[in-house]
Amino acid sequence: MDILSLFVIVPVLTVLVLAFAKNLKQARIISLIGMAIQFAMSINLIFAYVKERAVNSDIMVFTKDVVWFESLNIHYSIGVDAISVVMIALTSIIVLAGVFISWKIDDLPKEFFISLIVLSSGVFGFFISTDLFTLFVFYEIAVIPMYLLIGIWGSGPKENSAMKLTLMLMGASAVLSVGIFGIYFNSNADGGALTFNILEIAKVNIPLAAQNIFFPLVFVGFAVIGALFPFHTWSPSGHASAPTAVSMLHAGVLMKLGGYGVFRIAMYLLPLGALSWSNFFLVLSATGVIYGAFGAIMQKDLKYVNAYASVSHLGLVLFALLMLNKTAWNGAIIQSLSHGLLTALFFALIGMVYGRTHTREISKLSGLMKILPFIGAIYVITGLAYLGLPGFSGFVAEMNIFVGAFEHPDMFHRILTIIVVSSIVVTAVYILRMVGKIMMGPITNDEYRKLPKATWYEKVGLVLLLIPVVIIGVMPLGLSEMIKASIQPFLERLL
Amino acid sequence: MNWESLLLMRSEIGLLAIILLLVIFEIFSNKKQKANIIPFALILLTINTVIGFLPLNTGEIFGGMFRTNALLHLFKTTLSIGVLILLLQSADWLKEKVIAENKSTEFLILILSSLLGTYYMISAGDFLMFYIGLELATLPVAALVAYETFKRKSAEAGVKYILSSALASGSTIFGISLLYATTGTIYFDAMAEILTISNLSILGFIFFFSGLAFKISLAPFHFWTADVYEGAPINVASYLSVISKGAAVVILMIVLFTVFKPLIPIWSKIIYIIAIATMFVGNLFALRQQNMKRFLAYSSIAQAGFILLGLLSVDQLGTTTVVYFVAVYIFSNLGAFGVVQAISAASNKENIDDYEGFYRTNPRLSMVMMLSLFSLAGIPPLAGFFGKFFLYVAAASKGYYILVFIGVVNATISLYYYLLVIRAMFLRKNPDAIPYFKSKPYMKLGLIMAAVGILVAGLYSPLYEYIFSISNSFLN
Repeated sequence: MDILSLFVIVPVLTVLVLAFAKNLKQARIISLIGMAIQFAMSINLIFAYVKERAVNSDIMVFTKDVVWFESLNIHYSIGVDAISVVMIALTSIIVLAGVFISWKIDDLPKEFFISLIVLSSGVFGFFISTDLFTLFVFYEIAVIPMYLLIGIWGSGPKENSAMKLTLMLMGASAVLSVGIFGIYFNSNADGGALTFNILEIAKVNIPLAAQNIFFPLVFVGFAVIGALFPFHTWSPSGHASAPTAVSMLHAGVLMKLGGYGVFRIAMYLLPLGALSWSNFFLVLSATGVIYGAFGAIMQKDLKYVNAYASVSHLGLVLFALLMLNKTAWNGAIIQSLSHGLLTALFFALIGMVYGRTHTREISKLSGLMKILPFIGAIYVITGLAYLGLPGFSGFVAEMNIFVGAFEHPDMFHRILTIIVVSSIVVTAVYILRMVGKIMMGPITNDEYRKLPKATWYEKVGLVLLLIPVVIIGVMPLGLSEMIKASIQPFLERLL
Repeated sequence: MNWESLLLMRSEIGLLAIILLLVIFEIFSNKKQKANIIPFALILLTINTVIGFLPLNTGEIFGGMFRTNALLHLFKTTLSIGVLILLLQSADWLKEKVIAENKSTEFLILILSSLLGTYYMISAGDFLMFYIGLELATLPVAALVAYETFKRKSAEAGVKYILSSALASGSTIFGISLLYATTGTIYFDAMAEILTISNLSILGFIFFFSGLAFKISLAPFHFWTADVYEGAPINVASYLSVISKGAAVVILMIVLFTVFKPLIPIWSKIIYIIAIATMFVGNLFALRQQNMKRFLAYSSIAQAGFILLGLLSVDQLGTTTVVYFVAVYIFSNLGAFGVVQAISAASNKENIDDYEGFYRTNPRLSMVMMLSLFSLAGIPPLAGFFGKFFLYVAAASKGYYILVFIGVVNATISLYYYLLVIRAMFLRKNPDAIPYFKSKPYMKLGLIMAAVGILVAGLYSPLYEYIFSISNSFLN
């Protein structure tokens, strides 16, 4: 068995074993074991990748190819480059942390963990696929469990949020599928056979007219899950209604599928389309950044603040990708990682606060630092990292993005970049205000004095997420070098 | 012609033998033995189905009236499996509700006769055989629809079905006569060579097509569907939506791809428009249905619209995708109808609202329902996803991107109403949920077979590849 397929097989096996679990205790132990193996494998993958990269200069390594539907030339083909490796690592960390955070889920625990792990298997499969069909299959597998996860275990208007989210994401994937057909039936433009293989298609020069038609379909198809303005509306309500672990996984990982797909499929396979459409989508994504930031200021509910902040920060990822140069792309990928970790941290913390105080309204919370020192401290650190304080991952990402953006000398890009840079200030406003209000200040509600301290599993979950944030922030160079090497083939497509 | 060549009609002869054996059994059995007819019929049908898996020669008999090849034979076997699952699912209903009234063999005989008619239609080499098959496939179903004679709605549905299907048959034969007038032949092969685009031949085609469109319930010929499904016993509705419709689609494809090949520029436009109309009508009407039978009726109309996408690609790819989708659709829809029937048998409830909280009391049945509905909606890794994806591929291969786009938009709409059922079953909590009940062994087997089909038919690619390898056989 190859090292990559295991990333799909282990979750599937875990789900099969989970089907026999009898109660919460068994369910969480099984999930924990399965996801711990997954986590260990992903750490191992990073080292294996570095080792392999030293001797192997292919675009993708650890490749494997099995014919699936021969007549349509559909293959189960997998492989990774640095970008997928770091995404896989991110996913495994967040899923593992999610299992810890869901330690006390009481309603239908077995089904909860099954859905969660099915979702994660879709995400892992998505990141290892190098075949459009396989990738699309995994993409849909990753989306559909959200309906059950939010609908059954969520809070508030959960049924509507779940329906809205599922329909918008599946609708987007439907649009995406049309784009995929377009790519597939143009993949013989240079005289070869029709193929779904991404690496093969990247060698083909798809005609400009076709690229201009299909680029927006593929781009929008992926960008909806990356919360592209104006298709972001599923995100705030979905996040707010979802249970904690699902919000973490969703904002932390699932929304990253959007950026990854845009980069890997839309820009890599349809580079000319990207060049002709980049300005249009730049305006949209910049609007998203600003809109999300101002939207976050106005919110009264902690989860909504974070949801809009996610719209803003993921808009930044798309913005950076559309800048079409190396520095910005590097920033986009680090931003994906950094945002994934930080937003997962935030949602975990909000879940812990909510689980104790039973409210998420900012105005009702105050002085929690004195009562919950551990959670409070992590909250402050996360907030600072989120707004881009040097020493944490957020700073590295945003620095790269804006330096990359300024590399464009023309007026259009300059003005847009300046507007987008201003979102940093807005971010500082809403993060500092929120953290200041709920953590500092006097304890207004005396009942909160009795709140229980963080438990061991909560601490493990939080620390698990915080460590990589600091590692990326303090030692960004190794990561950057790794990613930049993998960005090179994408750049060459643009020339 | 020698006797051996009659073996080409193996499945038909087998089926006929079963029907006769059932009649004999009926005559010579006393009241106590009556119930044994169910396992007897099931075993015989299973044997006939298994024989169907043995390879069969390509050929024609009766001067070309009856022809068969690997693809047609495979499709007949698929239908046979479908009927087998259907009978398994209705076995308990037969035992408890019908045997008491001394008319169980009628039910079995009628279903199998209709299947026999379908077989003849599939294998028809000329329009005469085709028409006889059509009538034989339709008339027994009319009796079946009105089977629950004590129910007013069932009788009403029977009348509705017989009247509208008589009209449809009339339209078909009128179309055939016009086509005969233009070409002077009723043989498929001969007509394909002579037929040219002329006003009369187009008129003939349209009348002929409307007759078949009625059977597939394509818009605007779909009005009978929901009422008849609602009035008919659930297994008959299931038969109509699965076997009858699936067969009609494949027959339509065979006729379009062979006889009407010269009219491609005409019928591809018609199919294009009707596909869009059918998808929208089916999906938009399904949104607001409360009764599960009506719900599945509209959902099956929408599915028929999707199948038309595959017809636009007149080649090996199109043929394969249509046959494959129909096979997948048979399993998915049988799963859904089976669960509806099980619930209805245990609690007499058929509305979506009644299903609230069902997962918490009956998790296994709910899982089968979820599998079936997700397969119908086209969610991977279930078979329905592959079926739909390949249909889109077929349409896109001819450059119909706009139609594919409309198709995927409709798939998203359909996801909404499939999720409504999932919402009732899984998301809602209900203190008055339908209490736990144990499924009967026959029903269990029927549901398991459907579920296995849904899980395996997609992921296991050799199935699709096999259909692809033989689907060349009737195109030339």
